[in-house]
Formats: sequence, C-alpha cells, structure tokens
Amino acid sequence: MGLLSRIGNVFRPDRLRREVDEELADHLACAAEEGRGPAEARRALGNAVRHREASMDIRMAGWLDALRSDVLFGIRQLRRRPVITAAAIVSLALAIGAVTSAFRLIDAALLRPLPVADPHSLFVITYSFVNDVTSKADEAESFSYPQFVELREAVKGKAELMVVSYSSRVDLTYGGDDAMERGYRQMVSGSHFRLMGLQPALGRLLSEADDKTPGGHPVAVISHDYWTRRFGQSPKAVGQTFRLGTVLYEIVGVLRPGYTGTETGVMTDFYIPAMQNADAIREPGWQWMRVWARLAPGAEVDPVRQALQASLTANRRERVKLWPADTPKEQLEQFVHSRLELRSAAAGVSSMQRNYRRPLWVLGAVVLLVLLIACTNVANLLTAQAAAREKEMALRVSIGAGRGRLVQLMLVECLLLAGSAAVLGGLFAWWSAPFVVRMINPPEIPARLHLPADWRVLGFSVLLALLVTVLFGMAPALRASGVKPASALKGGDDPHARRRLMNVLVAAQVAFCFLVHFVAGLFISSFERLSNQPTGFATNGVVLLETQVKGNFPANQRPQQNWEEIREKLRGVPGVQKVALSSFALMGSSSSSVAIRIPNRPPDTISPYLLGISRGWLDAMEIRLLSGRDFTLTDRWGAGKPDGPPVESRVIVNEAFARRYFDGQDPVGKSFETHLGKQNQLVRNEIVGYVRDARYRDLREPIRPTIYAPMGESGWGTFAVRTEEQGAVSQGAALRRIVSEARPEFRVVNVRMQADLVREQTLRERLLATLSLFFAAVALILAAVGLYGVLNYAVVQRRREIGIRIALGARSAHVARQVSGDVFVMLLVGSAFGLGAGLAGERFVESLLYEVKGTDLWRLATPALTLLGAALLAAIPPVFLATRTDPATALRNE
Amino acid sequence: MARTDSLQGSLDLLILKILSRRAPLHGYALMTAITEISGEVLRVEEGSLYPALHRLEEESWIQAEWITKENGRRSRIYQLSEEGKRRLPMEETRWTSVSAAIHQVLKMA
Repeated sequence: MGLLSRIGNVFRPDRLRREVDEELADHLACAAEEGRGPAEARRALGNAVRHREASMDIRMAGWLDALRSDVLFGIRQLRRRPVITAAAIVSLALAIGAVTSAFRLIDAALLRPLPVADPHSLFVITYSFVNDVTSKADEAESFSYPQFVELREAVKGKAELMVVSYSSRVDLTYGGDDAMERGYRQMVSGSHFRLMGLQPALGRLLSEADDKTPGGHPVAVISHDYWTRRFGQSPKAVGQTFRLGTVLYEIVGVLRPGYTGTETGVMTDFYIPAMQNADAIREPGWQWMRVWARLAPGAEVDPVRQALQASLTANRRERVKLWPADTPKEQLEQFVHSRLELRSAAAGVSSMQRNYRRPLWVLGAVVLLVLLIACTNVANLLTAQAAAREKEMALRVSIGAGRGRLVQLMLVECLLLAGSAAVLGGLFAWWSAPFVVRMINPPEIPARLHLPADWRVLGFSVLLALLVTVLFGMAPALRASGVKPASALKGGDDPHARRRLMNVLVAAQVAFCFLVHFVAGLFISSFERLSNQPTGFATNGVVLLETQVKGNFPANQRPQQNWEEIREKLRGVPGVQKVALSSFALMGSSSSSVAIRIPNRPPDTISPYLLGISRGWLDAMEIRLLSGRDFTLTDRWGAGKPDGPPVESRVIVNEAFARRYFDGQDPVGKSFETHLGKQNQLVRNEIVGYVRDARYRDLREPIRPTIYAPMGESGWGTFAVRTEEQGAVSQGAALRRIVSEARPEFRVVNVRMQADLVREQTLRERLLATLSLFFAAVALILAAVGLYGVLNYAVVQRRREIGIRIALGARSAHVARQVSGDVFVMLLVGSAFGLGAGLAGERFVESLLYEVKGTDLWRLATPALTLLGAALLAAIPPVFLATRTDPATALRNE
Repeated sequence: MARTDSLQGSLDLLILKILSRRAPLHGYALMTAITEISGEVLRVEEGSLYPALHRLEEESWIQAEWITKENGRRSRIYQLSEEGKRRLPMEETRWTSVSAAIHQVLKMA
C-alpha cells in the first residue's frame, strides 16, 4: 500500500473508477434492502461523482496522475507534428549518442579505475627530461632493472615497488614454427599479483619466489580472457608449455576475470617474471619497463617521492662521472636534476592514454558543441511551436492552470523528446564507441578497450537527457507559461520578442558551428600535411621479417655469412626483387643513437640516430646515394674485439648530418669520433657514403642527423624484402617458412609491411580528422536546419505584413532582404564569436597539430564560406515562399 | 436529540474501533453499526464514509477485499490491519485526552 500502490493505481484508473462505482452501487443496494427509498438513499449518499473523484484522488498520487495525463497529452502533441518531432529526435539522438560515446571512450580510456585492490594507492614513477630534438621538457617512465633495485631499497617500509614491463605483442607457439600465434606479454615482478590484490582462477600466480635467478623462472600466468579464447576455459591449460623466442614456458596459473593488465588499451594475454629478461637484469643502460609503487597503508606520497628522488639523483651523479669530460655543463645538470614524480596509476598507464588523452578531451568538447547546436535547434523549433500554442496556453491559464503546471506540461513534452533521443543515441553510442576504438590502432594490432555498458554509462545518459531537456526546454517552457491570457488571446503584445529569442539562438548556433568547423579544419590539414610527408624511402611492396637467432652460431662460422646465406635464399623466391638486412625496421618503434665528436668542434647536445644495415639495403629501400659508395661485405663498424686486430670503422651519413656538422658539404672522406664498446673506447669513423634524408622513427620530428653503419654480428635483424606489389601481404607466411628452412636456428618472430608502419604514424591524426569532419558535417546540417526553421517561422509569422508590402508594390529583392536580413546579421555575429573562441582555444589543440596554424587567412575563410553556403541553401525555400506571397490570400486568411 | 455531523477526525476512530470489535464489514453495515451503537446520536454522512475508508486503506490501517454475496452482488469488506491494531490504542488515548480537555474547559469556563 502507500505510495507504491498509489503509483500503481495511476496506471489502472479505469479499474479503480469501476471499483469505486461498484462499491457505491452496493451501498445503495443495501439501503434498498433495508427498505429505504432509492431516491432518498441516493440523496443521502450525495453526489456520487464527487465521492468517486475524492476517492480516486486518495487512491492515486495526485501529481502522478497529472503527470500521466501530461505524458499522454505530450505524446499526442508530438505525434501531431511528426516531421518536426522526427527532426528534433534525430538531431538530438545524434548529438546525445556522440556525447555518450565520447563519455564511454573517455571513461574507459582515462577515468575508470583498474579492477584491483585499492587502485588509488597505486602510482607510476616518472622523471623529467629535455627532449634533445625538440628541446622541450617532457616526462619519461622507462627504467633499467639495476635502477629499479636501488629505488626499491630507498623506499623500503614506505612503499613497495614492482617492475611492470611494456605490454608487447610477441609470437609464440604451442607446437612447431609453422603454428605461430600472437599474444600480448608483460614481464612483471613476482610481487605484482600480490600487490595488485589479484587471485588465481586456477593454479598459482607469480610470487616473490619467481624473482630469484635471471632466466631461471620459465613460467607464465595467463589472463582469463586469453584462457577463454585460446583454451575454451579448459583446466588442462595449466601445465601446457609454449615457446617464446627460444625459451619454453609453462603455464602455471590463470587469473580471475576482469584484470586485463596495467595498460589501458592493450589487453595482456600472459605474464612472465621480469627475471626472464635475463640479459637486462644487470644492464644499467637498458630501460625497458615502468616502475609501479604501491604505497604502504597510511603512507604519504611526498616522503616516498623525496626518498625516490634522492636515490635517483645519487644514481645519476655516479653515472655522469663516466661521461666524456667535455660534455656541456647544462646537459649534465639537466640529467642530474631530473625531477621524479609519482603519478596516479589508478586508471592504468599506457601509451594509448598518453597519445589520446588530449584528442579524446578535444573530441569530447567538439561533440558537446554539436550537442549544444542540436539543443539550440530544438529550442528554436519549440519556440516556433509555442507561438502556435500560445492561445492554448492562454486558455489553460484562464481556466485556472498554475504556472508550475504549465512548465511541467512543456517540460514533459521536452523530456519525451530527450528520452526518445537518448534511447536512440544510446544505440548509436553502443555502435560507435567500439568503432572509434578500432580506429585507434592498426587493424592487425587492435586497441582493446573494455567498454562496459554499466551504471556509469547509464547514469551519464540519464543525466545527459535531463540536462538536455532543461537546456532546450526551459526557455520555451518559461515563456509559454508566462503567457498573459488577455493579450495572448488578442494576438500578443510583443510579436517580435519571440523572434528576437530565436535570433539569439541562431547566433549561438552559428558560433558553435563555426568553432567546430575551425577545429575540424585544423585537424584535417594536419592529417593531410602529415600523410603527404615524404618518407624518403620506398614503402610499397616492402615486407619486413623480424628475425631472431636461437642459441649460438656454430663456432667456425661468421654470423654475417649466415645472414647472407638466408638473404640469398629469400632472393630466390619468385616475385622477390631485392632483399637486404637492417638491425630493425625504419618507422617501427625502435631507435638507437650514438654521441659523436667532430674533430675541432665542441661536443653536440644531440646524438645522431644510428642504424645497422647490410650492403644493398639502401638500394632495396630506394634511399639514393648522393656520393661515395654503399658498404661492402668487409666494412666494419666499432672498435672490434679488444684482443682482435684493429678495425677501420666505416659509416654512411645523411644530408641532415652533413648540414649539421659539415655545413652541407659532401662529407665523404671526412671522419668523426665515437665512444664505443665496454671500454668506452674512442673510435674514429670514416664516412664512405652520403645519402638522401629518410625518415627514421617519427614523421613529426624534424629529420635528424643519421648514421648508417655496417651491421655486425647480431642475434637480431630485420629483412627488408622488396616484392612485386601484388600479393606482398600473402607472401609473408611463405617468406617466414623459407627463413627457418634455410637455417633452423633462425626464426622469424614478426612479419610486417613497411607501408603499414608508415601509415600507423598518422593513425591519431586520421582519427581526429575523420571524426572532426563527421561532426563538422553534422553541425553544419543541424545549423542549416536551424536557420531554415527560423526563417520559415519569420516568413509565416509576417505573412500579412509581407502581403501588404507586396500589395503596395515592394519588389521581390526587397522582400527577400526584409525577411533574411536579421538572420544574416546573426550569421555574422555568430561567426565573429566562433572565430574569437576558435583562436582563443587553438592553444589547447596546438600539440595535436602538424605544421598548421589557425591564423592562416584561408583557414579562417573555409568555415565562414561553408557556413555562408549552408545559410544560403537554408534560406532559399523560405525566402522564395516570402516573395511568392499572394497578398489577396495572405490577407484573407487573417 | 442532538445530532452531530461534525465527525471530522472522529470518524476514522469510530471506523477503527468498530472494525476492531466486529467481523469484516462493508461500508453500509459499518454506517449502520455506528448509528446503532451510538443510540442514533451519531449519524455518518453517507457520502463521506467511503473517502474516509479509502484514505485509511491507503494509510494501511485497514484492509479491504471483495466478496461475493449469496445474491451474486459483490461487496467490498473492510477489516483492521496489523498496523491499524497498533494504531487504535494510540488514537483512543489521543481522543480521550482531547475530550477530557474539552470537558475540563466546559466545566471551568
């Protein structure tokens, strides 16, 4: 009973009415049985209808009943004008859907805490550094294992530190080489799972016992998701072994569902102990992991930070002692005084977050603008509608409806609109958020983001729908309810007030639209410029085979001969034109650099890039030799073996190198020095070749001086295979087989296309450009619809006036100016505001742009012209209608 | 004979009291009972009985159910709920103290 039953009764009023009537009829029947006259009994009972209504009111919540009738009335009102309703719902749905989708993405990528125990006491350690290419302050988070051990000791008792390597995609196999699979691997400290508060679903997780011997713990823990995908949740998964690189790993446990690793955007499939990165454990120069901290209960952040800072500074003071004596002081200071920070890792830490944090917020702002445009549109439509309903409202007020009641009536109608739009928008968001996630990474290594549709998302949509209702519904509702019956029934005392409101809304809409177009313009030209950047090397038809050598080479053979042997085999494959080898692929994520000294010059603050290449690589990659020669089989790089014969180190350099160090002169025959090898030996390098600039790692950075060196003995290498363009992709698998057939200890661990690597560089720009173009189009359509609506309303409202003007001899052009003048003024005002906002906001997107400035004249003209075009299109039908007004009909109608 | 129509407030108490003593009653029987027991002094205005019953029902002090009588007509009968049983003594005390106070005023003034 009580409120619930009353609310229930609201939905069965007919039954309730029947019951009360029946009870009253029973009363009269009882009276008749007692011998009372029917007329007397009826009189005694009083007015049955009044009693019934009294009982009905008692048995239903009064306001709820009113609400119910408002809803029914609202639905009837909306259905009476299906076109306007559909336009309003569709535009709102699109906008609400876009905003919801943006929220889902932002929430999933940046805000949602990791599903671990107390995520808010988790931190990742970062340190500041100055980027030597851009000279900008930046923050890094890569540490070496020895450094990690020092840091761990420094905060003992206050915080526990753990190694969390970057999640990387690796090839592994449960059988032979022809059954390679891909998986995402993270290397973690044994304490990782305990510190995260995670439990196994099966078997065991890693523990501190797995942190003892480098290379001595070949065990793996797999994620629940991987267990499901790969093993169908079979309990037999535990105990299975897979081969990764050259090591056999045994699966010892399965995680409970939910946890997908520490990197938002990547779902880690399996975890192995950090000790398995055996070579890196003692190597202070390899920075290959993040260091996470779990603060002890009650510990403050700042003391922990200070202890870590002290340790880092001390470590760096030691390290710079090994640097060359003439290193610039400034560089030393920067290195030693690097500031360490503890950044919250509650929502995970990933490069996706780093790269997409700002783009996601910018896109969020853009869709919010689109939402505002849509709201203004609907507000305009409703304001126009309110004109038609002014008399209805006046009538309601005259017969005693309260102001609050009228606001409720109007808002219910708006809520119906917003509610249906939110449902449609929800569907749109359900489809579009994963669609956007798919665009984040290249198709073969998709970003995997958990996008749950839970109470956070639901709550957001409900709040959004309510907010939107208030945004577009409040003004028209208040206006309508503030109606003065006497004047409204007479025809209104200020017929222009409403049009003024609509004009202001149009100006706002134009400003928002201009802003969206301005931002979209910036992103689109950034993308264009970036994708039209010449790379300086051939990309089409180049297949890259990342190859690893298992175990040791036979003692009597020189490794270069082994690589050469495979090169020959690959060259024999039909369709293959050229084969060459480099230590890693251009534009992959790898890079290497080396500090150099030019004789008689001060040391440089930047270190040139370095890449080991085989002979023929420049030819295969079509990097043009400007002067000098390619390497031969006998060319060497470096200091040679301490006990071996002296080596003449030979290199090839690019144009940027010549520009920086030799005033752009042909550098062939010149030389420079490098510190190399374990003994930090000074080696003289002779330049034997001079080549065109080519991109090395990043499309955005300026081309850096680059040294190509002969590839030496190595267990790693990447074959660049030039093929006839057709079918290059399908050849990957065949080429992989050839390599292991040629030499069983050589294994291709990864096959990629050079063109894909380049394309991946522009993914973020592509995403921003595509989405902002889409929203710019939506904004334009909405704004055009809004303009049309307002003009059309103005024409209809001023029909009599126009009629009189035409009757008095006004020319068409004059009439057209008359009806459209206001709106075009608003267009100008709105554009001015939009432009101001755009220029003011440009610095927020600056870091996402590439060689694009907002102040270019044509860039300002584009949105203005687009808007003007759309406005003209939108204006044609109403203006046409106005000029064709027939005075006789117009006046007769009134 | 004094007639008291101003039963406002006391009507609820009368309904609760009578329902606490008798088997479930329908509206007409309840009305007759009030009249009879009060020696025809209190006469419920027939129209106001039903809204009062419905209000008490929504307050969950009484429960109602439909029964079908032997002549085939349906009748809605009311009885005290657990909540009503708990409330009745309180309402009675309140009424007694109010009427005592009124009595006092009448005597003293």
